[in-house]
Amino acid sequence: MEKKKKRLYMRTAILAVLAGLVMYTLYTNLTKESRGNLEAGDEAPDFVLKDVNGQTHQLSEYEGKGVFLNFWGTWCEPCKKEMPHMEKLAKEYEGQVEILAVNVGESDFQVKNFANQYGLTFPLALDTGKEVMDTYGVDPLPTTFMIKPDGTIDQIVIGGLVQEEQVRALFERVKPSS
Amino acid sequence: MFDLAGVSSVLLEAAFFLYLAATFLFGGAIRQKGLRDGEGLNRWGKLGIGVTLIGFAAQLCYFFTRWAAAGHAPVSNLFEFTTFFGMMIVGAFILIFFIYKTVVLGLFALPVAVIIIAYASMFPSEISPLIPALQSHWLAIHVTTAAAGQGILAISFISGMIYLVKNIDQTKSSKKTKWLEAVMFFIVCVVSFILVTTSFTLAEYKAEFNYIDKENKAAEQEFTLPALVGPNEGALLTEGKMEPLAEMPAFINAKKLNTVIWSLAGGIVLYALIRLVSRKRVAALLQPLVRNVSSDLLDEISYRSVLIGFPVFALGALIFAMIWAQIAWTRFWGWDPKEVWALITFLFYAAFLHLRLSKGWQGEKSAWLAVVGFGIIMFNLVAVNLVIAGLHSYA
Amino acid sequence: MGKVKCECGHINPNGTILCESCGRALTEKAKQEKIVDMRYEGSARRSQTYNKTIIDRVWNFFSSVKVGIWIIVLLLVAASFGTILPQEFYIPSNVPAETYYEDVYGTFGKIYYTIGFHDLYNSVWFSALVAALGVSLVIASLDRVVPLYRALKNQRVDRHESFMKKQRLFAEQEGTLPLSELEKVKEALAKKRYNVRIENGALLAEKNRFTRWGPYVNHIGLIIFLLGALLRSVPGMYIDELLWIREGETLQIPGTNGEYYVKNNGFTLENYKEGEDPEVFDEAINRVGTVAKNYQTDAVLYRDKNNELPGAEPKLTEVQADSIQVNQPMKFDQFAVYQTSFRQDEMKAMHFALTHKETGKEFGEIVVDLFNQQASYELGKGYKVELLGYYPDFDGFTEAGEPTSKSPLPNNPAFLFNMITPQTPDGEVSFAQIRNTMEPLGETTFKMAFKSLDTRDVSALTIRKDLTLPILAAGGIIFMIGVIQGSYWNHRRLWIREKNGRIYTAGHTNKNWHGLKREIHEVLEGTAIPEPEDRQKE
Repeated sequence: MEKKKKRLYMRTAILAVLAGLVMYTLYTNLTKESRGNLEAGDEAPDFVLKDVNGQTHQLSEYEGKGVFLNFWGTWCEPCKKEMPHMEKLAKEYEGQVEILAVNVGESDFQVKNFANQYGLTFPLALDTGKEVMDTYGVDPLPTTFMIKPDGTIDQIVIGGLVQEEQVRALFERVKPSS
Repeated sequence: MFDLAGVSSVLLEAAFFLYLAATFLFGGAIRQKGLRDGEGLNRWGKLGIGVTLIGFAAQLCYFFTRWAAAGHAPVSNLFEFTTFFGMMIVGAFILIFFIYKTVVLGLFALPVAVIIIAYASMFPSEISPLIPALQSHWLAIHVTTAAAGQGILAISFISGMIYLVKNIDQTKSSKKTKWLEAVMFFIVCVVSFILVTTSFTLAEYKAEFNYIDKENKAAEQEFTLPALVGPNEGALLTEGKMEPLAEMPAFINAKKLNTVIWSLAGGIVLYALIRLVSRKRVAALLQPLVRNVSSDLLDEISYRSVLIGFPVFALGALIFAMIWAQIAWTRFWGWDPKEVWALITFLFYAAFLHLRLSKGWQGEKSAWLAVVGFGIIMFNLVAVNLVIAGLHSYA
Repeated sequence: MGKVKCECGHINPNGTILCESCGRALTEKAKQEKIVDMRYEGSARRSQTYNKTIIDRVWNFFSSVKVGIWIIVLLLVAASFGTILPQEFYIPSNVPAETYYEDVYGTFGKIYYTIGFHDLYNSVWFSALVAALGVSLVIASLDRVVPLYRALKNQRVDRHESFMKKQRLFAEQEGTLPLSELEKVKEALAKKRYNVRIENGALLAEKNRFTRWGPYVNHIGLIIFLLGALLRSVPGMYIDELLWIREGETLQIPGTNGEYYVKNNGFTLENYKEGEDPEVFDEAINRVGTVAKNYQTDAVLYRDKNNELPGAEPKLTEVQADSIQVNQPMKFDQFAVYQTSFRQDEMKAMHFALTHKETGKEFGEIVVDLFNQQASYELGKGYKVELLGYYPDFDGFTEAGEPTSKSPLPNNPAFLFNMITPQTPDGEVSFAQIRNTMEPLGETTFKMAFKSLDTRDVSALTIRKDLTLPILAAGGIIFMIGVIQGSYWNHRRLWIREKNGRIYTAGHTNKNWHGLKREIHEVLEGTAIPEPEDRQKE
């Protein structure tokens, strides 16, 4: 019954290919929301930006330290609320976890004004062209990426961190183990 | 300077009346005894097709003079498209006529074309310049091919209708007679829409309303038919005009709903009149006219039209449409209502062909399918253009 | 179950109904039928013969035309549901779907949203239906095309009389068939473009066999098209981005990984004008109001040599300059940039004059660029204006009296000025917004009087990369070829043979029997050969 077996194999093979394609279709449909977005565990894309004082910051320079990568804007209410906590903890964790606050598309004046008003000392980088924001797929502000000393993303937090404890907890997570 | 636009209008009117005349000539042709349809033409038949050809030539000239006057293919708005569609129906009829020589087909096809052209005339018909999205050669290519495909498919509908009129037993009431009458009723409603709109346009009826739209903003709407229903929180501004009997919620376009209600009401009145005066169903009234044609032939015509028209429709309404959409709108398919209903039409006729060729669905079943198919085409022309985009959004 | 050897000597695949070669009936059922089903030439449609394992059952299910038709019908019904209310893509972009449907359409809208119909065409179940259509196309075609090909290839010229007797068009008559008669008929048939073969005293005239493959070709086209659509989700194949770019700005083009930048050198909106444009349009323009004539963004495309890292200072070299209009995208590399939308007269800069309130005397004008503010503006002679705060989209004060802005867009700009003059060296604070000035720290001697506004337009450009387009195009073309191939011709055959003093004729076509009958009539009229009669009464 060679022919019969051959037929069975053919059919099974064809059906398997088709089933694979169907599975792929349904899979891409179900995952289309998150496709292309960064997730915890991914390597944090490197970038370089200037801050309000003219200094350049490149993410890879921070290797070995934890990074609190925060995307913000002066109009954003929750951003304003978390800034004081960030300032306090930046000083506490100096040398271990650094804050890199990326302002999205505003003018020098706006950012400087804001820094003066809230007494911020950590680097405020200017992403005027929104290039870094696009690379990181940031949509609502604020969005914070906690980056581990090895350069991978530990956690992505969307929304303001109202309580100091929340911010502290995040800092702890990316503290380099001594 | 030669007034091309004026000449163009006159030509369209001429075509309209020539089609009407041809209808009567075909009417005379079918009464001639002794000649079975498809077996050769008598004098009336020859006159009928002759007049049809002249009318078609006149409409072609309307088309090209209007093209010259406007500087672009005259298929850029609802009026232009629908008149072109009417012309395609006549053209498709002529094509099928020369293959099969069926005069009874002309008796039914030409009135359909006439009604469609009359319907088109209810809409703004000024020659208008092209908005940026339409400034492309694809306007002519896509729209004409799609309309041609639809025109050919329309013949399958007409042939299917004649088949049903001939073959459905009118001696007693049944589900079939009721459904056939429903189709007749819709045609009557279209006629009533034309009559109602024309009457009030001639009377220059206008009534302005202030109202609140669905975004909660103040807006104005002008009614050209007496308002049976009015807009959301509407206030009548023009004195002496009818106050609405009911107010509509904001997301419904009261003006369009009003028109639909008038058409249906007029249709009911007109239909009732026909039934009362003739004491017969409309289909029963028409039945004697189709005595001399072979059902087999009608079935063949219906099926052949789909076979000829389906590729043309696929090419024009889908392929060319997708090419143009990609160029103009950056995406070849956006699932908007017009595109979706074109796809539904395509899928429906694909199902028709499969049922016919593989499952042997012939005769009456096939005729009903042809009627439904045309219903879908009409839905796309009327409802999608005016209602789906309109009822919700005051287009 | 093995192969079937026919009396004529030809070996047929298992399950064959009519011998591929001579046409004799091989199954009991076929032997008893008066008119045999010729849809697949009596070949063994594979799926009908094996249906034991689950594989076979799945195969048979998808091979069925009835199932295929059901899938088509379900698809078209499902698609219609998505047109009842506007799909999510078409509702205003600034309103979230969760609230829109219920707000505008009430309970029906809420239900529509909850069951997911607002995004029907991207739903899993709709995709599954389309996938099912694809599977059906593949299996149904494979199952039929191979046996059909074999049958049409292996057919013999001299078919057995039993085969001919079971054809829809058939006739038999006493008589003999001299070769000369056959040759005469052959000539007539050749004139009608038949391919005529005479073997063993029998004649087979055949034309347009190619049209039988039409359906299979168009199915292949559809399959390719669906595959192309599927490939869209593969990373890198498809990019769809929207870029809002103001006149004068140079921005990175999203989706190009920082390699390309575009500059907006100006947006133009033109309307048709009476007097300027052809007179024939006047009536339409009057009735409608404004009719748009042209939307155009003059763009310059740059390449960035320094694009390794996002955020790095770009080193731009010009690549091309283009006017992007509707229907005329700018193309580069594998991308196309389209003129999609625009916003006119966005505020760009505001002019203020430092004015003494009582006398109305002005002491200088400052221009505040809403996108690049200065901390202070020197007016000379001891007059200076400091900008203490800028609120592009002013949204009221907090409880503590601090002004807030709800977005970075200059929709409602407000300014906190500190006016320093020789008379007021410590400065006076004034809060200026559109059509309203406040003095939060007490009345001032001076004010910043609004003088004028600079605006500019914003273009919305769509960036598109779609590598699946060639595949979709190929699929579409092949589909059209197949549909035309299958629709506009008919496969016609005429058999004539003599056996034991009787002449047999039979005819077959895959569609348009009327036409075939007419053609046979024209060919056989006036010959001794009987015209086959239509034995199927409808």
